[in-house]
Amino acid sequence: MAILGELAHIGAGLAAIGSGAAAIGVGHVAGNFLAGALRNPSAAAGQTATLFIGIAFAEALGIFSFLVALLLMFAV
Amino acid sequence: MAGEATEGGGLEFHPLDQFEVHRLFGEGPIDWYTITNVTMWMAIAVVCIVLMLVIGTRKRAVVPNRMQSIAETLYGFVYTMVEDVTGKDGIKFFPYIFTLFIFILISNLLGLLPMSFTTTSHIAVTAVLAFAVFFTVTIIGFVKNGAAFLGLFWVSSAPLALRPILAVIEVISYFVRPVSHSIRLAGNLMAGHAVLKVFAGFAQVGLLVAPIAILGVVAIYALEVLVSAIQAYVFTILTCVYLKDALHPSH
Repeated sequence: MAILGELAHIGAGLAAIGSGAAAIGVGHVAGNFLAGALRNPSAAAGQTATLFIGIAFAEALGIFSFLVALLLMFAV
Repeated sequence: MAGEATEGGGLEFHPLDQFEVHRLFGEGPIDWYTITNVTMWMAIAVVCIVLMLVIGTRKRAVVPNRMQSIAETLYGFVYTMVEDVTGKDGIKFFPYIFTLFIFILISNLLGLLPMSFTTTSHIAVTAVLAFAVFFTVTIIGFVKNGAAFLGLFWVSSAPLALRPILAVIEVISYFVRPVSHSIRLAGNLMAGHAVLKVFAGFAQVGLLVAPIAILGVVAIYALEVLVSAIQAYVFTILTCVYLKDALHPSH
């Protein structure tokens, strides 16, 4: 049982990698938005909603992995 | 710093204690009708919203004062968002979307007060909001379009051989919507508040670390204010996107 608890902590750490992956995804979305916005600033204002939707979708998977980590830490 | 571990037995971290639901009055089990701190903070949020909007719209001055500009800005912000994303025929759902937005926003911001409770950090709260959106949108889709609503899953722009596979993916992504919709809000809020607590816990390490930890708390707190607003915005705009899918299901 004690070993299981230790393994759950290792698993939580592994699940936290997903947060970093989500960070890459969010940075990718925002960076590409900025690159496009600087080329055509007049079209940028209309696309902020799309930006936030993209960020939200990219971030959701990171939140899932965070949730898995939390479950492993406190619920298993 | 090395001396701390010997006397106190390490650092004390309880980042998730703040999310505990407990009874406001008396002792005993928590039933669905029990008045808990969640109930209290939701009620406070509703009272704040009603006061803000009632006071804001009472005078109806041509040159708005502070309260009126807050109410007008919020109203106009959500109105343009609904109009931009869902189009003209989505405007009749504006009251629902505005209610969602302002409830989530005020709940998030109230949760940032010290010693307060963040109602939107609980899956139970956000899941109710997300499933309400999910069922509303699905029912509207079928009422408005009938069986044509199923065209949402049949991507007519794709090659015919690919369409059944895409249909399976589309169905799965449709039913995962309420899950991701609710977990995104709850997870963001819970993660942020847990990080605040962890940084506050670093302050007990020692005199040298405490100022850095407190600076960190301040910085994260500022980030959390931003996250509160953005998550309310994201929840609302995703509701608008789902509503647009229901009103115009063709791809």
